[in-house]
Amino acid sequence: MSSAQNSPYARGVSRRSLFRGAVGLAGVSALGIPALTACSSSKSSKSSGSSGGNAGAATGTVTIGSNGSDAVPKKAFADLFAAADTATGLNTTINTVDHNTFQQNISTYLQGTPDDIFTWFAGYRMQFFAQQGLLHDVNDVWDKIGPNFSDAIKAQSKGLDGKYYFVPDYYYPWGLFYSKSLWSSKGYTAPTTWDDFITLCKKMKSDGLSPVALGEQDGWPAMGTFDYINMRANGYQFHIELMQGKQAWTDPKVKTTFDHWTELLGYTSPGANGRKWQDAVAMVMNGQAGMCVHGLDQAGPQFQSAGKSDDLDFFAFPAIDPANAQDAVEAPIDGWMMSKKPKNHDGAVKLLEWLGTATAQNTYLASSPNDVAAASNPDTSKYNALQKKSIDFVSSAKQISQFMDRDANPTFVSTVMIPALQKFIGDPSSISSQLSAIESQKKTIYAG
Amino acid sequence: MSKKKRGNLRLLTGPDKAVLTAMAGIPALLTTALIWVPALGSIVLSFSKWNGIGGFDQIQWIGGKNYYNVTHGYPPFTPAWHHNLIWFAVFVLIPAPLGLYLATQLDKRIAGSRLYQNIFFLPVVLSLALVGFMVELIYAPEQGLINNLTGHTKPGNLVDWIGDPHLNLFAVLTLAVWRQTGYVMILWLAGLKAVDPALREAAALDGASEWQTFRRVVQPALRPVTIVVTVITVVETLRAFDIVYVVNRGKNGLELLSTLITDNIVGEAIRVGFGSALASILLVVSLLVIVPYLVVTFRKED
Repeated sequence: MSSAQNSPYARGVSRRSLFRGAVGLAGVSALGIPALTACSSSKSSKSSGSSGGNAGAATGTVTIGSNGSDAVPKKAFADLFAAADTATGLNTTINTVDHNTFQQNISTYLQGTPDDIFTWFAGYRMQFFAQQGLLHDVNDVWDKIGPNFSDAIKAQSKGLDGKYYFVPDYYYPWGLFYSKSLWSSKGYTAPTTWDDFITLCKKMKSDGLSPVALGEQDGWPAMGTFDYINMRANGYQFHIELMQGKQAWTDPKVKTTFDHWTELLGYTSPGANGRKWQDAVAMVMNGQAGMCVHGLDQAGPQFQSAGKSDDLDFFAFPAIDPANAQDAVEAPIDGWMMSKKPKNHDGAVKLLEWLGTATAQNTYLASSPNDVAAASNPDTSKYNALQKKSIDFVSSAKQISQFMDRDANPTFVSTVMIPALQKFIGDPSSISSQLSAIESQKKTIYAG
Repeated sequence: MSKKKRGNLRLLTGPDKAVLTAMAGIPALLTTALIWVPALGSIVLSFSKWNGIGGFDQIQWIGGKNYYNVTHGYPPFTPAWHHNLIWFAVFVLIPAPLGLYLATQLDKRIAGSRLYQNIFFLPVVLSLALVGFMVELIYAPEQGLINNLTGHTKPGNLVDWIGDPHLNLFAVLTLAVWRQTGYVMILWLAGLKAVDPALREAAALDGASEWQTFRRVVQPALRPVTIVVTVITVVETLRAFDIVYVVNRGKNGLELLSTLITDNIVGEAIRVGFGSALASILLVVSLLVIVPYLVVTFRKED
């Protein structure tokens, strides 16, 4: 439902992960767990691989691995696949795993006996597993669903080898979220350039507000600010290459990004490293702060549960270098992937073809008004104003980024970038000395 | 003496021998299979590079590079072991003596001592999730109890208990000490209950003061519990993990060796070799501390 859950860093502590952590302390888990599953994967693939040969049949049971363990997504998935059974004539079985455990154990899961299709995220986070040979390409699905999607979304569905590995389901945009009532009472207007943005921050500060609320305790929320400043200052191409490890963090361009951010930190709520993102959104909702950089998936539900959905609005992150304007939009996409050796390949293809339609996606979104169907031109009759705005916002984007934790190597993000960003936010002057350490760690991690 | 032993052994029947072998053998086998084989495997893997995907043929052997990278190219490593040291110092200085003090008070059978005992022990059984929630309730910048009581909730004077790397370790340690004290107290209390009352009576008859009785009579009788408490203090220091993990996953001033290991070997994309190097370092430190201590103490006991 929310990116808090989708993000690997926002997970609550699952018992399983703690257990593995505790085992790791004894120096045990490193050898035991992956090794065991590696054995079982080769066995199971031999026994199950043959059944994929029944071409054209496209019936029978298709299993789905779902991370939608919370009540709302669980029901939404149940409704979705009940509709899928009717529409496709297949018999679908959903295996729901605790949201956080699902992500943490993904590589063990994919090497064991995974379901035919499963929930996942676009970006490097998908490409990484494709590259490891743990996924089946879905080119045949795309032959049919291709016309349903925009080029920007298509680009997010391909592996590094150019094949499709991902069927998008829904997305939500990141932007600067604010309270409409606060802004109209103070007469603020959305800035489109960095200078106007800083001027607005100054005005908010003189009005006694915290201009930008930030809650960085969980480590991931500030990544959205980095992504946007970097894309606005240095362009989408540089940003994505930086995320993919192809550009150096010691490049002066990265320093420029942090210089802009340092300026913005002067207007950011102090104590960000000790604040949960929910509290940052609450500051915006309660009129203590002027705005926050977040996703609709985080700001939306919180305003919704306070009965203030109509008071929420957002605008695009302002332009820094006119050459890059406000072209790129950060819009994480959730969707489906097919495991390497699905037991029912033809059935899985048929199911994915259906899941790649706007009808199917809106079935799921009926209970989640903070996301938007990934297919172009969905039926928006049941969408609220922010969902409609999100569609315009993302479809007018020239490029779509996912999020640092989806565009970059997950190990690099969790072991290097989270500590680095928190240190930077606590002490902006530390960044000059940090960048070379980031770069040298990046080299060892991306070389893996 | 050795002659006598052999004599005893000869008296054992066949089934006796089988039972003894099973009783000693099965635990030994389990310990070896579940602890020492994986631990040694972990040490072996610490010289490798592996993302945990694919079979053992995917493992590349890279010598001591992981250890070099841990010590030279991994900024959280130095703070982590510093924090483990601070953790140890605090655990030795506060919960161990405080637990003993509480235990001696409870041992006096004052009115309601059962109730106090439960109150002090309660934190030990609190679930991790609850402790994490309490951290938020107490320390959150705008909504937290402390900042609201002391009026530090405005941007200008806000005290960032969880986010300030100079404060958060001590904020978290306060809760860790609160838990550890109850744990240690129960151990001391069990030890005190086991002290023969006749010894104290004798001391009292001889005119010993309360402090003298404690120093000369009770404390020597507590020797075995002292060993247990010392070992537990060291062990709890080295495996300190849950509280910092639930607060911010052991980042930004809350790094510990244990959280660094978890960071690297649990997750979507992992560094098995690098994480194993960290785990091996922790293993060696643990052995260095525990083994000599146990050897010396138990030799004395003999």
